[in-house]
Amino acid sequence: MTVTPLGIPRRLLEFTIDGEPVRTPEGSTILDACRAVGKDVPTLCEGDTLRPKNACRVCVVEVEGSRTLVPACSRKAEPGMEVRTDTERARHSRKIVLELLASSVDLSTTPRVAEWIKEYEAKPDRFGPDAARLNEEPKVDNDLYVRDYDKCILCYKCVDACGDQWQNTFAISVAGRGFGTRIAVEHDAPLTDSACVYCGNCIEVCPTGALSFKSEFDMRAAGTWDESQQTETTTVCAYCGVGCNLTLHVQDNEIVKVTSPHDNPVTHGNLCIKGRFGYQHVQNRD
Amino acid sequence: MDLHFGDSKPTDDERAAVDALLGPPESSWEGADRSDADLRWARGGREARDRRDLLLPGLHAINDRVGWISEGALDYLCRRLTVPPAEAYGVATFYAMFSVKPRPATVLHVCTDLACAAAGASELCAGIEARLGLGSGVSVERSPCLGLCERAPAALAIKAGDPVRTAVSAPATVHDAVLAASAPDSAPEEPPAAVAVPQAGGDDLVLLRRVGVVDPSSLDDYRAHGGYTALRRAFELGPAGVIREVTDSGLVGRGGAAFPTGRKWQATASQPDRPHYVVCNADESEPGTFKDRVIMEGDPYALVEAMTIAAYATGAHQGYLYLRGEYPRALHRLEHALAQARARGLLGADILGQGYTFDIEIRRGAGAYICGEETALFNSIEGYRGEPRSKPPFPVEKGLFGKPTVENNVETLVNVLPVLTMGAPAYAAIGTAKSTGPKLFCVSGSVERPGIYELPFGATLGELLELAGVRKRLRAVLLGGAAGSFVRPDELDIPLTFEGTRQAGTTLGSGVVMAFDDTVPLPRLLLRIAEFFRDESCGQCVPCRVGTVRQEEALHRIVQRTGAAAADDIALLREVGRAMRDASICGLGQTAWNAVESAIDRLGAYE
Repeated sequence: MTVTPLGIPRRLLEFTIDGEPVRTPEGSTILDACRAVGKDVPTLCEGDTLRPKNACRVCVVEVEGSRTLVPACSRKAEPGMEVRTDTERARHSRKIVLELLASSVDLSTTPRVAEWIKEYEAKPDRFGPDAARLNEEPKVDNDLYVRDYDKCILCYKCVDACGDQWQNTFAISVAGRGFGTRIAVEHDAPLTDSACVYCGNCIEVCPTGALSFKSEFDMRAAGTWDESQQTETTTVCAYCGVGCNLTLHVQDNEIVKVTSPHDNPVTHGNLCIKGRFGYQHVQNRD
Repeated sequence: MDLHFGDSKPTDDERAAVDALLGPPESSWEGADRSDADLRWARGGREARDRRDLLLPGLHAINDRVGWISEGALDYLCRRLTVPPAEAYGVATFYAMFSVKPRPATVLHVCTDLACAAAGASELCAGIEARLGLGSGVSVERSPCLGLCERAPAALAIKAGDPVRTAVSAPATVHDAVLAASAPDSAPEEPPAAVAVPQAGGDDLVLLRRVGVVDPSSLDDYRAHGGYTALRRAFELGPAGVIREVTDSGLVGRGGAAFPTGRKWQATASQPDRPHYVVCNADESEPGTFKDRVIMEGDPYALVEAMTIAAYATGAHQGYLYLRGEYPRALHRLEHALAQARARGLLGADILGQGYTFDIEIRRGAGAYICGEETALFNSIEGYRGEPRSKPPFPVEKGLFGKPTVENNVETLVNVLPVLTMGAPAYAAIGTAKSTGPKLFCVSGSVERPGIYELPFGATLGELLELAGVRKRLRAVLLGGAAGSFVRPDELDIPLTFEGTRQAGTTLGSGVVMAFDDTVPLPRLLLRIAEFFRDESCGQCVPCRVGTVRQEEALHRIVQRTGAAAADDIALLREVGRAMRDASICGLGQTAWNAVESAIDRLGAYE
């Protein structure tokens, strides 16, 4: 049986989205309200288990009376607000943000981004062949996971998941500034020399595939990664008594990665090193 | 929190630098040798974590002593403050004045920003580098604006050691700059602050009337020239009365946003959450701005008094003065002023026998323009990366340490003194109906007498330039600094008021007026502005982080091109610029495109 926490009852407030009146619980964001009425606002740095960081700016919308556009993911809805999600102005900013991102990093493993690039008619190539890019080699310094910062859009989700929002390990942070800003452990050291405890919660929240299981990374390199062939089975972790939910991703009868349901009220998608990576014994059939 | 520290150990020097700031460590939990007692009890936790705001002073302590921040030093500081090393590394690599790689003990910052570039900074740099070859023990670094525009070109030498030594050379020659770097102690002393005020000693000055008249080190001299009458009047009026006067005076913030000061104070004072904080933004880093430096160097007690009044009005008992790291002389003068004020009962408990407690702590920035953004400044003081927070909530509600905070810049605060001494109606009578009071302008570039000018709001740009002795063949005037906009020489009748500049499609910004004659290559200047913003973007949001890079690339492409050949890239610049203005988190990204856009539209650059 799935237990659904109801929370305390909240008052509804009224405002309009694209001219349509909507009612949304007090404290919810513009994005929550948009999703509740079926409006598709693109998001990249927003994470369902994390506090909004509003760093990527693809979810910007127009709010009547606001000088600039407003990030839908973090701005709380207010009574009487007039929100417009699909104006020329908002679409222009989304298009440019997609172009800026796609011209500087590799978005090939970012879900839905190709669809948005098409929808907003973004042309990342128009900055020319000499446009500055990260051009980083993947960092493979341990057997569990790979950091491919050429795909990193600096959404801060991994930092937040590793830090005070979930794991409290604080192994990764943002270093440098401007275009030289990057995700790094202390002193830009290899992961093995850092405070990392290999819980993999950063992989769980990474929206672009910049952080991935070593297994996935190797299979992609070998050309054998095929999500359409994978099945997902949610089960209970057997390592300790907490009872975290594991979702086993299986391809060709082999576990290829492990995630955890984000709506689980105990783990919110977080696991420890054993639940996330300790599955070899399951497929050791000798 | 599960902290992990590496094996690297600090050197004795590094340890001593940190201990001089934090005191000796008390147990092995924070880096001392292990004693028997340490096996039975733990120290740290909340008490230690609450000192996170000492991270920036700690980084300064190490950098000042050694010249750079090693792994061992950073880890030791983290142990002392219970800060995760990854986060501290993120903070240390954020600031331009720190280095996490070994470098010589002496760093010579040579300003290459607008006024200095126009005065030949690139030749100066080349000359200095030719004289100081490898192995000279000096690292020459090209620096953004050092705030010495009236004496361009400028160089600042910082020699690490105990104590750290600094020397300023401006206007700099190759010889003077090399001398300052090699022997900062014997470098010639800087001219007094009043040299930057061509009107110094004039009868009609209000804000600058004491600069060059009082001895900046003497509290008695300050009091003899009317000091602390405004604070006495504040105590007579009571907090609500002070806010009423400030509101009635029509004073608005002078940092560029022009928000009504009285409303800000009222909003902070009425917050039930405690404590309240007062923060003085003295992180003046806008290229072309140096007025706050001149006030702090020439009349430091005025700022101390004004902050005390702001605190009294808003119910704050602790103030922070966030001073940009490139202002060593202002730092010394203010430190001295604070110590004197404390010794004389003008800070601390029971100020002027009124039972009011207030004190000020100076926090030194470390080279980051973005820290002038109010919420980025809070993060910087708190020991985090100087990234702006998203608003709302606004600082009056949740500011420094998450508490109600009133933040004003130096010029705004100093305006509070005449508001109280002359009374709101008399103050409001100066200037125009919508822009009241006197205003400071930083005039530099192609003028005979660069410096700070005080004029009542409403004077025209032409009148101001006349006063400063504008040279012939004026090509362009940059109003409001790098985040402001260019105007043409035939637009000099623009009235210098908030409403007048707005009507003319430009901005007063922070009060920068930079004149450029036709010897200054405009495309190069625009490229320098783009480079400045690319360099100073904090990197948090995409439109600013990547947009500033793409704009600089486009400007590089068209630097030698005009007309139709540049049209494609100008269209690209406009599209990116529009998204940056609309979608960036803070004012840096929102205004980064202004100056270049105005140069294209108003000056016809690239035509």
